[in-house]
Amino acid sequence: MSRQQQTFTLSGASCAGCVRKIESALKDVDGVDDARVNLAERTLTVTGSVSSAACISAVESAGYGAKRAAANPRKQRELQRDKDRQHFRKLMWRSGLALALGIPLMLWGLITGEMSVHSSAQQVAWGCVGLITLAVMMFCGGHFYTGAWKAFRHHNANMDTLIAVGTGAAWLFSMAVVLFPQWLPESARHVYFEASAMIIGLINLGQALEVRARGRTSAAVEKLLELQDPTARVVRNGEEVDIPLEEVQVGDRLRVRPGEKIPVDGRVLEGNSSVDESMLTGEPLPVKKVNGDTLSAGTLNKNGSLLFEAEKVGAETRLAQIIEMVKNAQSSRVPIARLADTISAIFVPTVMIIAIIAALVWFNWGPDPRAAHTLVVLTSVLIIACPCALGLATPMSVMVGVGKGAEHGVLVRNGKALQQASNLKTLVVDKTGTLTEGAPKLTDIETDGDTDELLAVLASLERHSEHPLAEAIVEAALDKKLALQDVEEFEAITAHGVRGRVDGRNVLLGNRKLMSREGIEPGDWQTRAEDLAALGRTAMYAAVDNKIAGVIAVADPIRKDAKEAVARLKKLGLKIEMLTGDNQATADAVAKQVGIDSVHAELLPEDKEKIIGELQQKGIPVGMAGDGINDAPALARADVGFAIGAGTDVAIETADVTLMRSSLHGVADAIELSRATLRNIKQNLFGAFIYNTLGIPVAAGVLYPLTGMLLSPVIAGAAMAFSSVTVVSNANRLRFFKPSSTQDARS
Amino acid sequence: MMSVLVNVLGLLLILGIAWWFWLAGRKSPLQHYQESLVILVKDGVYEPDRIEVPAGREIILNFQREDASPCAEYVVFPDLNISKQLPVNQITEVQLPKLEKGEYPFTCQMKMYRGLLVAG
Repeated sequence: MSRQQQTFTLSGASCAGCVRKIESALKDVDGVDDARVNLAERTLTVTGSVSSAACISAVESAGYGAKRAAANPRKQRELQRDKDRQHFRKLMWRSGLALALGIPLMLWGLITGEMSVHSSAQQVAWGCVGLITLAVMMFCGGHFYTGAWKAFRHHNANMDTLIAVGTGAAWLFSMAVVLFPQWLPESARHVYFEASAMIIGLINLGQALEVRARGRTSAAVEKLLELQDPTARVVRNGEEVDIPLEEVQVGDRLRVRPGEKIPVDGRVLEGNSSVDESMLTGEPLPVKKVNGDTLSAGTLNKNGSLLFEAEKVGAETRLAQIIEMVKNAQSSRVPIARLADTISAIFVPTVMIIAIIAALVWFNWGPDPRAAHTLVVLTSVLIIACPCALGLATPMSVMVGVGKGAEHGVLVRNGKALQQASNLKTLVVDKTGTLTEGAPKLTDIETDGDTDELLAVLASLERHSEHPLAEAIVEAALDKKLALQDVEEFEAITAHGVRGRVDGRNVLLGNRKLMSREGIEPGDWQTRAEDLAALGRTAMYAAVDNKIAGVIAVADPIRKDAKEAVARLKKLGLKIEMLTGDNQATADAVAKQVGIDSVHAELLPEDKEKIIGELQQKGIPVGMAGDGINDAPALARADVGFAIGAGTDVAIETADVTLMRSSLHGVADAIELSRATLRNIKQNLFGAFIYNTLGIPVAAGVLYPLTGMLLSPVIAGAAMAFSSVTVVSNANRLRFFKPSSTQDARS
Repeated sequence: MMSVLVNVLGLLLILGIAWWFWLAGRKSPLQHYQESLVILVKDGVYEPDRIEVPAGREIILNFQREDASPCAEYVVFPDLNISKQLPVNQITEVQLPKLEKGEYPFTCQMKMYRGLLVAG
């Protein structure tokens, strides 16, 4: 294990004596070079070659608690970028040196044609070149040989194996030609030192370019990390102090000035301002924040100064959870990669066997010089085969695609969800909160008597109900400053309505089914209720002392962009079906307004899941869009559950796809993105398969009868080096993905 | 004579490759799991690469990546749907859920680095 520095947070340490005890306990642990406790920050920093578990156990044996300090992801990222830069420079340097030997040698061969050993002088000269080549191979490609050897010892074979065996075979053959030319026929006394050097140089160059290109694939996570400033302004003892973000604790009071970013999640204590939350929710308009409102880390305070209390810090903030989810999804597997994974598992040994078979065919039946042809075929097949392109095809596209989704407020749980979203044929949409605002308002109250009196009675009853429509009735009564009364014997009758005794009278409020159940005839009010329902309002009957008293209607405004989003989804080839617990007439009216043809109304909560199950039984891949809380079972049952929850914690934890923006456009964005990503993966997989399935036979010499030439190992090396760069570059094209709504808006 | 020798050598190599990479590897010894165990990610291999872990309890695996090449950047447990980014020259803890008895491979994203957990 190499020497490294680790930081732990301590518990139970409170005095200088504790510091001494902990430090001396750590110094007795094997591999610890230095251990320092910072009592003010309650941290322990250990330097040395030691595992974190050993350090924690030493602290615990001294009577204290320790756990690994959560590293600042931003710092970690910067550190990683530094390492990548160093690695890039190292690879470029190795490549440059190997090519500085390989290119002149290759040009010498091309210009003079003198790459053979026919005299003692040539033996000496090529012997010296061989030794220089060996030094370059070891210096610039030593990691391929050690990697191949280590893998071999573990019964494993990887790309290093192919490079090491390929270049090693070319060098050994060439050295045999130099040392024992008499063993070979004159026409076969050709040396291939330039091939070994060029292959090492080109593969290092390819890897360097790959490191560069891969750095760009994680740009989305970096953008999210940059949403937080490294420091926060905490108010302590009446003074504002800037402290590192990691040191902010729950309960701290923080100040944010206009134009500054909110450092952690919290609740406003003082001041008012507009906050731009577009980076988390995709909503373009700033949100007004006053005393008691919640704030999210990473959002931008626009015009006022806010004092707020930290409620969630570090990994607990919504931003941190989003970053974690994006990172996890970026490295998850996609079912489509299963075939590539299976092939990758046996790829290298299989290529080695193919190379030997091809070489034997050329040795036994090939034209002269057979020995030289045998070596060229063996080396070319080993070098041209590229397991990396195959292995990189899917993960790179998923990484870019998932990151791109996060930029557009689409959080994909994993690669499987991403793939399934691309195959959806039907989208089932919950009405309330998805097509509508989810905040119903009272629109009509009609009675033969006093409307305010009826409203007060009904509001008194509904105050005890948890139904979303109840709130609209209570609010309407409170707005009119009506006095609400006590209720006795309250009962909520699922999918029917509510009942209770108000001021000694039996009051019922609910749908037609409730009235029928209680044997109350609606009379002329039925026509009125139907008229209201036809307007898209939810009409309910009110009855007092077993007599119909009137109708009351509540409407949930349709979201402004719902119609446009439905049209966009239809254009993507999806059949849209609406689900609602509302009555048929209301549901039909809403469906008509937004352009949905298929409606399932008057459903009980469990019916939604059943309908999805029935569609799935017909073999239709079904997506479900809902608010993530009330529709949890249906969302879970669907092939892909889209939670339109403006990023609530519950939605983030449960849905396959969480839409940060409260709009059905997010579903269309997610489907477009998943299709673009899958298309990209298929291009990559196709490219990698085609490359290997064409490249290997060409390297084995199948075109020789037509061209009279074998593929040079140098060309094979170049093709291999750039095949994986091509895959990563193609995946990077996804960075330019834009949902059609954005494109339409621009045009 | 030379021709026979080369052909025999070639066939032996083919058999050797098939045996060494596909058959013999399955019999190599297992490293017993302990909390302080650190899996080194270097030179194309996980070391140790075959680990016997206790079934039925949550465990933490420590990965120390010393290979800066992008191949080693992630460790993936495909059967457990778990993956973790491994920063260079740092120990990264990977928390695993309770495992049922059986074999659980872990690999890099490109399936070049390979390891196996045997839960028992």
